Amino acid sequence: MKRVEIITRPYKLDEIKEALTGIGIQGMTVTDVRGFGRQRGHKEVYRGAEYQVDFVSKVKIEVVIDEDLLDQTLEVIQTAAKTGKIGDGKIFISTIDNAIRIRTGESGGSAL
Amino acid sequence: MNPTDTAFIIICAALVMFMTPGLALFYAGMTRSKNVLGTMMQSFAAIGVITLVWIFWGYSLAFGTDVYGLIGGLDFVGMAGVGMEPHESIATNLPHMVFMIFQCMFAIITPALITGAFAERMRFSAFLLFIVLWCTFVYAPLCHWVWGGGWMYEMGALDFAGGAVVHMSSASAALAAVLVIGKRKGWGKRSFLPHNLPMTMIGTALLWFGWFGFNAGSALAADGLAGNAFVTTHIAAGTAMLAWIFAEWKLHGKPTTLGAASGAVAGLVAITPAAGFVGIMPSVIIGLGAGVFCYYGVSLKSRFGYDDSLDVVGIHGIGGIWGALATGLFASTAINPAGADGLFYGNPSQLWIQFVSVVATCVFAFTMSYVLLKIISLVTPLRVTDEEEEAGLDVAIHSESAYQA
Repeated sequence: MKRVEIITRPYKLDEIKEALTGIGIQGMTVTDVRGFGRQRGHKEVYRGAEYQVDFVSKVKIEVVIDEDLLDQTLEVIQTAAKTGKIGDGKIFISTIDNAIRIRTGESGGSAL
Repeated sequence: MNPTDTAFIIICAALVMFMTPGLALFYAGMTRSKNVLGTMMQSFAAIGVITLVWIFWGYSLAFGTDVYGLIGGLDFVGMAGVGMEPHESIATNLPHMVFMIFQCMFAIITPALITGAFAERMRFSAFLLFIVLWCTFVYAPLCHWVWGGGWMYEMGALDFAGGAVVHMSSASAALAAVLVIGKRKGWGKRSFLPHNLPMTMIGTALLWFGWFGFNAGSALAADGLAGNAFVTTHIAAGTAMLAWIFAEWKLHGKPTTLGAASGAVAGLVAITPAAGFVGIMPSVIIGLGAGVFCYYGVSLKSRFGYDDSLDVVGIHGIGGIWGALATGLFASTAINPAGADGLFYGNPSQLWIQFVSVVATCVFAFTMSYVLLKIISLVTPLRVTDEEEEAGLDVAIHSESAYQA
């Protein structure tokens, strides 16, 4: 089992969600987050004075999937999230030991 | 006594009262989310504190029998002789107590205006002490000089609704306060961004609405002059709002809502001394000047390195000075026979008189405020501790949060 964590532009959320459900992924967790990478922050102007805002609003999407879905998942995410400009975000992939569905007690792949 | 005038001024007094809660919203939207209640509390507290100061001695010091042109006598202390009948010489068309309460609302909003300067760091108890003393030793004398028959009135200075008494005085006090109290922790290193601009927009709307009572009511009668003041007030506010947003659009590339709010208030400030002395076209010019001058005015703080948190000096100071001088340019006896002609109507000496009133008001209010704050600081600390400042005034001073997570 793999966990795929996507941090990207908030307005891309709907496209990514549709891409993921389109290949059969049945659940995800979404969080509003703030942070910065190479894009750094942005400028805001109040009464003529410019202020640097360091942390940019991003959305974090987490999905846990079967390993054989990984390549396809990464491909559809990149297609949906890419604009080619700085600030598209990152994808982190990690291995998950196990998963349990609380309602039934199922574990492993059938719990996803 | 005139019943129509009385009805009008009672309503105007209520409108002016509404400006102080409006100001609380205007300011609170610009603070960080941890200082919202602390900021609003200062404006609301002023409503209670100044009302009591006013009825016990403030009104008498402002409007009592003149003493050497400097201060009013003690005739009206504790509201002695202030009843339902008109006074024999003060606003003879109104019940004396109606005139008194209309003036009371002006006395309330003036110290509330200062709170924008030391927002996010002043101790509440020191603040309460400050406004009691400030109303007594700064506002009441100034009010007497200009409207109570004091020396500025005798000199012929024109201040229809409080350019000097309200705006220049509060801005001068604001400058003194930020110099005595000091900058917020992290000023210049961290960004202090407004937490809720819609709140500021609502506050602006309430101020604009209440300002009609402030300026039109200053005619002290339901007459054509009140109508003129209403119209010039509205025109200047609208024009200044546009002037500010076009100025920032050109210089920073984007028109902003805070710019619209700031411009509108700048225009309202600038037209205040002029509203009942100038005509329609001058009010457009006064609005234009207010929008542009105050837009530059708010940048003074970064140039000179003082932390006037919410730009009291930039907007009320610059706007008030421009309005007072513009009154000396555009005043016309065709609008108000009880006023005077300005420079453009053949009377250059009026501009000089206005200039003297600006300098005297600013020097007096700045010096007195500076001294009062220094004296208070000997009795009790003016600002919260570093830890309280970091936690925010809401939790540290009032044990409340504006927003629950």
